Amino acid sequence: MLAYTVRRLIMLIPVLFGMSLIVFSIIHAIPGDPALTILGEKASPQSVEELRENLGLNNPWYQQYFSYVKDVVTGDLGTSLLTKKEISGEIGPYLAATTELAIFSLIFALFVGINAGIISAWKQNSWFDYLCMLIALIGVSMPVFWLGLMEQWLFAQELKWLPSVGRDNARDSVEAITHFYLIDTIMAGRWDQFNDVVKHLILPGIALGTIPMAIIARITRSSMLEVMRSDYIRTARAKGLGQFFVVYKHALKNAMIPIITIVGLQLGMLLGGAILTETIFGWPGIGSYIYTAINNRDYPVIQSGILVIAVIFVLINLVVDLLYAYVDPRIKYR
Amino acid sequence: MKKRKLATALSGVMAVSLALAGCAGTENASNPKPAEGTKPTEVKKEEPKPAQTTIIVGRGGDSVGLDPARITDGESSRVTENVLETLVAYEQDNTNIIPGLAEKWEIAPDGKTYTFTLRKGVKFHDGTEFNSEAVKFNFDRWMDKSNPYHDKEGYEYYNDMFGGYKGDPNHIIASIETPDPSTVIFKMNRPLAPFMQNLGMFPFAIASPEAIKKDKDKFMEHPVGTGPFKFVEWKRNDSITLEKNPDYWQQGLPKLEKIVFRSIPDNSARLTALTSGEIDIMDGLNPDDTQRVLDNKDLQLFKRPSMNAGWLGFNLEKKPLDNEKVRQAIAYAIDKPGLIKAFYGDFAVPAVNPMPSSIWGYNDSIKDRTQDIEKAKQLLAEAGHANGLKLKFWAMPVPRPYIINGQKMAEAMQQDLKKVGIETEIVSMDWATYLEKTRLGEQELYLLGWTGDNGDPDNFLNNHFNKNNIGGSNRSFYKDEKVTDLLLKAQSEVDQAKRTEIYKEVQQILFDQAIMLPLVHSTQPIAASAKLKGYVPHPKGNESLEHVYFE
Repeated sequence: MLAYTVRRLIMLIPVLFGMSLIVFSIIHAIPGDPALTILGEKASPQSVEELRENLGLNNPWYQQYFSYVKDVVTGDLGTSLLTKKEISGEIGPYLAATTELAIFSLIFALFVGINAGIISAWKQNSWFDYLCMLIALIGVSMPVFWLGLMEQWLFAQELKWLPSVGRDNARDSVEAITHFYLIDTIMAGRWDQFNDVVKHLILPGIALGTIPMAIIARITRSSMLEVMRSDYIRTARAKGLGQFFVVYKHALKNAMIPIITIVGLQLGMLLGGAILTETIFGWPGIGSYIYTAINNRDYPVIQSGILVIAVIFVLINLVVDLLYAYVDPRIKYR
Repeated sequence: MKKRKLATALSGVMAVSLALAGCAGTENASNPKPAEGTKPTEVKKEEPKPAQTTIIVGRGGDSVGLDPARITDGESSRVTENVLETLVAYEQDNTNIIPGLAEKWEIAPDGKTYTFTLRKGVKFHDGTEFNSEAVKFNFDRWMDKSNPYHDKEGYEYYNDMFGGYKGDPNHIIASIETPDPSTVIFKMNRPLAPFMQNLGMFPFAIASPEAIKKDKDKFMEHPVGTGPFKFVEWKRNDSITLEKNPDYWQQGLPKLEKIVFRSIPDNSARLTALTSGEIDIMDGLNPDDTQRVLDNKDLQLFKRPSMNAGWLGFNLEKKPLDNEKVRQAIAYAIDKPGLIKAFYGDFAVPAVNPMPSSIWGYNDSIKDRTQDIEKAKQLLAEAGHANGLKLKFWAMPVPRPYIINGQKMAEAMQQDLKKVGIETEIVSMDWATYLEKTRLGEQELYLLGWTGDNGDPDNFLNNHFNKNNIGGSNRSFYKDEKVTDLLLKAQSEVDQAKRTEIYKEVQQILFDQAIMLPLVHSTQPIAASAKLKGYVPHPKGNESLEHVYFE
């Protein structure tokens, strides 16, 4: 297990190197002079020159790259051109907001997806199975922004059941301590606000969680179908165990392995892929941080934001791989 | 064994999610006591509650920083306008100057000495006194590079409006004297006609010296001024909260207790939030959605008067655009009202002059040319182009408030020009290159515009038509000596009536010679709850909300 972990960690090095190169080259990928692009129509020649100097654009590219890597390794993610603040100091609350939403979405996706998958497999070829798989198909193909806008229209505007934007009620806003609002409201003992925060999580959580939910449902179903045909299940049934017990106790355990892989991948997607959801729901997370940066041509933030997401993605995959090896010992010998 | 642990863990996750989903479900179904604001429409129908005192402002983006001298984007100044104040202010719906923190002032006939009498008894939000020393402190901070509180990246607007910093050849403020706590005297190196107009701009708002001294970088996140509202809290990309300043110097103001600025990037989502009562007012309405607002009796629509101009420019150095008749022919060829109807709907007016009518000095006696194909053909023939001609038409790649869709608008005008025999080829490139190349004069026909800074005609006319600004904003490469002289004369004239005359004359010359073809002044739609009263959108782009209240 240790050897495998070390091997897996060594494999990270080329991945991180490639990632840093791609992220670094973002600023060089824009056509024209980045400094002029950033400053716009009121740019004076001096301010353009100053900005070029600031961004280090006057040095050869390899020097720029090495100083960039050096900064990143020492925890210096650069300074936002827009807010003129250190990105490493700014990014925390955004990460918290995104993580809270991603976890909520994942819980939704897991709960609905796994159960729908199991029941579909259990009642294979029933109307419930067909319905679930139809919904899953639609869910996988649904554009997030469209789903989000439709949710807002129906649940916020027409039915007025749920709030459509933000993390909390602006008229009675949550006092941020950890920036995980569910935790903050519990710490403050404000159950009314906790309620409010949960309500604000529902619509974006469903919008963000729908695609993973659909994928999980499909994987669970096929994985379960395979397991349900195996001999030990037949034995369990022969022993006279109840159907529910057979499915949830015996079959699910073995069907779990492919599900774990997909869940790991989906969590990475949830953290990184939230730009659209966050934009539509006015969610102040890392996605909206990058979105604002893109609109304002704030290249250091775009670079660092993408880097942070990429690193998280890679780390989650690492954890999943290790977990996988732990669950299925055969993996580490491959 | 290992697998069992994992299964246990997963079923744990499921149990939690079940519980959460369960509690969410019951909330949806019954929802007995919503927190204030989540269901305002139902609440108001059930029982007449006292009028609301908190306004939630929905907007597309967060503020950048709240030190207006350093950070000057619209979303930042929209907040600081409520927290900090300037020596003089603008009237509620135009750019005429009225007293602000200065009660009255006197201008010496030579235009080189300005004496301000400050309002007494005004306090900053941190409790310190507003006085002449505070005014001097702020100006020293901005103008003097050796001042300990001067920021090394400089102050863009101070630099632009007051001719650089202390010691620079064009810097206009020679000294600031404070004979007593309520008198400030500005001594100038040379007269600067738009001086008062500049003082009213939000970047020159007076900050609390104590707060700056304590930590000038923290001021960016916690501004302290004298304004009607005090800063409370900022959650990045989420919300900024201000509350009423109970000691505000204007009696009975502000009328609201609290302002919350909430960022909602998506235009449709913001409108949904307005419709569902989560916010009370918003800008950045999609043009297609204006009808939805008008049809909804719970909402009302405001139009922000324009302070911008979008134009079709001519590079006078490129033949045949150096020929006045060719330019006039182009002006006769374009169907401006049609263009506006197609691209702006009701949210723009046709432009006659390169500055909007919300700015004083606007020449309203000029009668615009209307589309006249025959006349255009005739002018082209007179210019020796009876067989038509070919031109390159540069179209902006990015939307701007003044030209909202450069490519498509160029295509529409291309059709108009074709009718009079002018073939155009639309040229496009990235924005940075576009700006650089038009500055260097590679373009023939081109689209561009300007958004006003201080509401002074100088800001529009001098930038674009003074021959000394070739290589800068004068992208027409217009080098008329007379106009340059007039613009410089207006700059050093203190009497506004005389300046008005000069600017009107300049506009007439520009129109006669068809130096550029002004196309539109766009206005911005703002949607709000129908209960909101006392709101007057200001042409400069944002305003403080002390007069706003709810019914």
